[in-house]
Amino acid sequence: MFPINETMGQYSELFMLLAAGTYTVAFIAFAWDLARSSKSLKAIDLKAAAADASAATSAKVPVAAGASAGAAAPRPAGSGEGRLSGPADRAERPSSYASSATGAAGQTADDSMRYGERRAPARVAVALTVLGAAIHAAAVLTRAVGAGRVPWGNMYEFLTTGAFVAAAVFLLVLIRRDLRFLGTFVVGLVVIMLVAASVAFWTPVGHLVPALQSYWLIIHVSIAVLSSALFTLTFAMSALQLVQSHRQRTIAAGGADKLGFMRLVPSALSLENLSYRINAIAFIGWTFTLMFGAIWAEKAWGRFWGWDTKEVWTFVIWVVYAGYLHARATRGWTGTRAAWLSIVGYLCVVFNFTIVNQFFNGLHSYSGL
Amino acid sequence: MSERVKSTEKSPAEDAPQPGPAHQGAPKDAVKAAKAGAALPSLGIVGMLRWAWTQLTSMRTALFLLLLLAVAAVPGSLFPQRPANPSVVTQYIKDHPDYGKLLDSVQLYDVYSSAWFSAIYILLFISLIGCVVPRAIAHYKAMRSQPPRTPKRLSRLPEYGTLVVPADAGIPASDAIEEAAALLKKRGYRVEVRHDDGARPSLGAERGFLKEVGNLVFHTSLIGVLVSVAVGGLFGYSGQRILVEGDTFVNTLVGYDQFTPGTNFQSSQLQPYSIQLDKFQATFDRESQGKFGQPIDFTADVTTKENPGAPAKKEVLKVNDPVTLGGTSIYLTGNGYAPVVTVRDGKGNVAMQGPVVAKLQGENYYSSVVIKVPDAKPDQLGFAGFFLPTAFVTEQGISFSGDPDLINPQLSLNSYYGDLGLDKGAPQNVFELDVKGLKELNSRKAEAGGITLAPGNTYTLPEGKGSITFDGVKKYVGVDIHHNPGQLSALMFALLAVAGLIVSLYVNRRRVWVRTGTHEDGRTMVEYGLLARGEDHRLAGEASTLRSLLAGKWNLDADNPETAPSNSPPAGSPEPKKDQ
Ligand code: HEM
Repeated sequence: MFPINETMGQYSELFMLLAAGTYTVAFIAFAWDLARSSKSLKAIDLKAAAADASAATSAKVPVAAGASAGAAAPRPAGSGEGRLSGPADRAERPSSYASSATGAAGQTADDSMRYGERRAPARVAVALTVLGAAIHAAAVLTRAVGAGRVPWGNMYEFLTTGAFVAAAVFLLVLIRRDLRFLGTFVVGLVVIMLVAASVAFWTPVGHLVPALQSYWLIIHVSIAVLSSALFTLTFAMSALQLVQSHRQRTIAAGGADKLGFMRLVPSALSLENLSYRINAIAFIGWTFTLMFGAIWAEKAWGRFWGWDTKEVWTFVIWVVYAGYLHARATRGWTGTRAAWLSIVGYLCVVFNFTIVNQFFNGLHSYSGL
Repeated sequence: MSERVKSTEKSPAEDAPQPGPAHQGAPKDAVKAAKAGAALPSLGIVGMLRWAWTQLTSMRTALFLLLLLAVAAVPGSLFPQRPANPSVVTQYIKDHPDYGKLLDSVQLYDVYSSAWFSAIYILLFISLIGCVVPRAIAHYKAMRSQPPRTPKRLSRLPEYGTLVVPADAGIPASDAIEEAAALLKKRGYRVEVRHDDGARPSLGAERGFLKEVGNLVFHTSLIGVLVSVAVGGLFGYSGQRILVEGDTFVNTLVGYDQFTPGTNFQSSQLQPYSIQLDKFQATFDRESQGKFGQPIDFTADVTTKENPGAPAKKEVLKVNDPVTLGGTSIYLTGNGYAPVVTVRDGKGNVAMQGPVVAKLQGENYYSSVVIKVPDAKPDQLGFAGFFLPTAFVTEQGISFSGDPDLINPQLSLNSYYGDLGLDKGAPQNVFELDVKGLKELNSRKAEAGGITLAPGNTYTLPEGKGSITFDGVKKYVGVDIHHNPGQLSALMFALLAVAGLIVSLYVNRRRVWVRTGTHEDGRTMVEYGLLARGEDHRLAGEASTLRSLLAGKWNLDADNPETAPSNSPPAGSPEPKKDQ
């Protein structure tokens, strides 16, 4: 057992505060980006609409074909595509691109989530988030060194480390996909988690109680924290998906676009597809959490399952997300309903962490409070 | 496979017969089901049953039952549960006279063995079996049959493209198709080449059968987990025992303080091993201010014997580190102090001597003590009070324990005499003293005051009833002993389930068709199309990989506008809508 280093613990708290401050500025930058970009996107849309209108009258090019010009371009005559059912057939294809192009007036980002224009505030926001995450990493590390063990032994540590993982996962996903529209959401949640940890759950550095002294703590809890971070991302996406699909329906029905900032957010379908993929990974993670928890419970208490409150809620979360995966494969349950299931699942995760840890007495009462 | 028939899948489905999913999701089955439903009144019993079965094994029902299971599990965390804590339940019913009994009548204190909870998961698993078996059969057939026949219009597939091999390359359509087949085989596809129409040979290819296998393994393994848990409940047993330093536990029914047999338990199952507690050591945090006095280590040194005649073995028992013996596991689940006392009766004889297990009540091992001395003559004696390892008294005269270690141990007791009621044979809680029928000798309110003892002290009871000596303090541990024969197979099935899940989520089932034809001017025209079954966001990637592989084979420029993939939309424009 390593000795406690209180100085390190104090450094850690200082870093946590610094990180929270940096994230807060990043949050403001993200919010500014949403506001500004939606304004400039609106201007682009208006210009494009005007151009379309004049083009349609002068050249009589169908607007829909404009989006898929490459695919529908007429082929040189005499190449015999007809007989070979070759390229000429392509014009017969129900042009799915064209149909989604009509919806594009109300939104810009697509499934690939690549944005054309530069967004200076968003860049600043991401840079600040990276800085915040670096300071946050230092905070988590000094906490670990101070306590001489993994930094997830009580609620304060679960929250601060969990917040770091959420921020890190978000930044990692950013490398592959432009999810900057999620910035306000994710960074906002991270700030809330850090503030809650410092205000409500603060605990000085200390040793682990014997019940937690096991390598299963490292395995079980780290996977749980990682899965929860992924669920946080999909929660944000599912919530946005509901708003976006409402907005899309309003616009399709000819209503006014009251949620202009949602221009920056991809279509509801893109959000749904991406959150499904992330949820699938997180579900596997949660399955491991549940299993490793059961193995640990067997080692610690002699039974792998005993319907302890924490076990009950872990099970409930697992079943809700299994329901989500089934919903995605059930006709009539994709889209909005699946998004609701993903949201309910996340609310259960939050409930399991906050209420169950603090107010339900069970074998898992390690909140450290 | 998936109930959602994607809009883009519909058109090829007309041309290419797909191995019909046994699942109700298939449109055909849905129609059948609808017909069955419509014709309900005239169908009679058999029809009704068939209709009910169809409903039960539908994906929608599975989803409904899953969500219902989640909801039904919740009350178990809101109300105390009998299996975990029977005494808390009894107390809860007493505390809530208005609805406590009512909750009991709907089994809310036994949620996980209740009729309604069982009904939900049994229905779910019946639905699961009804779902898995037909799917397994269908998939077995699909794996043995050839890829479906080439659709007439490949251009309707979600991924589609063409390549043109120039006339001077000298690759006729029949060679081109064979080369494409070889290439697909190398990529793990099962391929069938069709020359049925000489001028326009084609091939059908399919891969990713493991996806469905994974899904079936996953669902079947869940049944395996359930069965393993049931086996554990039938043949397992568990029990508890408190061991004071020096005590030995022998694995027989009388050795247990508390014993819970499984439904099919036989006492002959118990192997008579023994385990003796030699020493118990608790370490407390002396470093950090916030956690000063918090336990950081519990270690029990024990001596075990597999059988009465077997050689003794020294072992260490710790939290999170059980000792296994005779097919059972022994866990360290609790510990505390056991003050050693000697009680002499009114006649001066030793009526009781030994450690008394003190039950934890509060911070820093503040524990309650009950001593019953039925052998005391002429009157039976009883004591009740507290043990404090480090006694402190506040200014208001309230005593508390200031530290978990034995710094200033103190025993404070009330004493009683009379009939303890032990002779009537009714079982009594050893940790409780019923003082109703007893006469008080010592208490704070009594004339003689309470008894306060430090180790080594003796107190003489009033009225010549005897004396009590506090000899010293030993430690005790609480151990749980478990035998669960279903455990290992539950773990195996769980691991199998995860493996199946990962395979089913990450293997993609895809079909590829290629058709070639020789043009009048000698060029060889190649067209190909791809179709995914189920969720597959990498289909476009596979299409472009195939395209560049084919182009590479024939030395074509994959990005040539002449042969450019028709499916990659201009950068920045949306991908096709997959569903909705
Ligand atoms: C014990 C209850 C069940 C649990 C926990 C469960 C869990 C899951 C999970 C996690 C998946 C996602 C894996 C995948 O996509 O391959 C899945 C898929 C699936 N489950 Fe279940 N399931 C249960 C019961 C059922 C039942 C009763 C049925 C049949 C009616 C069923 C039919 C399916 C089907 C068809 C899929 C594949 C969906 C697709 O093709 O996308 N499941 N299940």
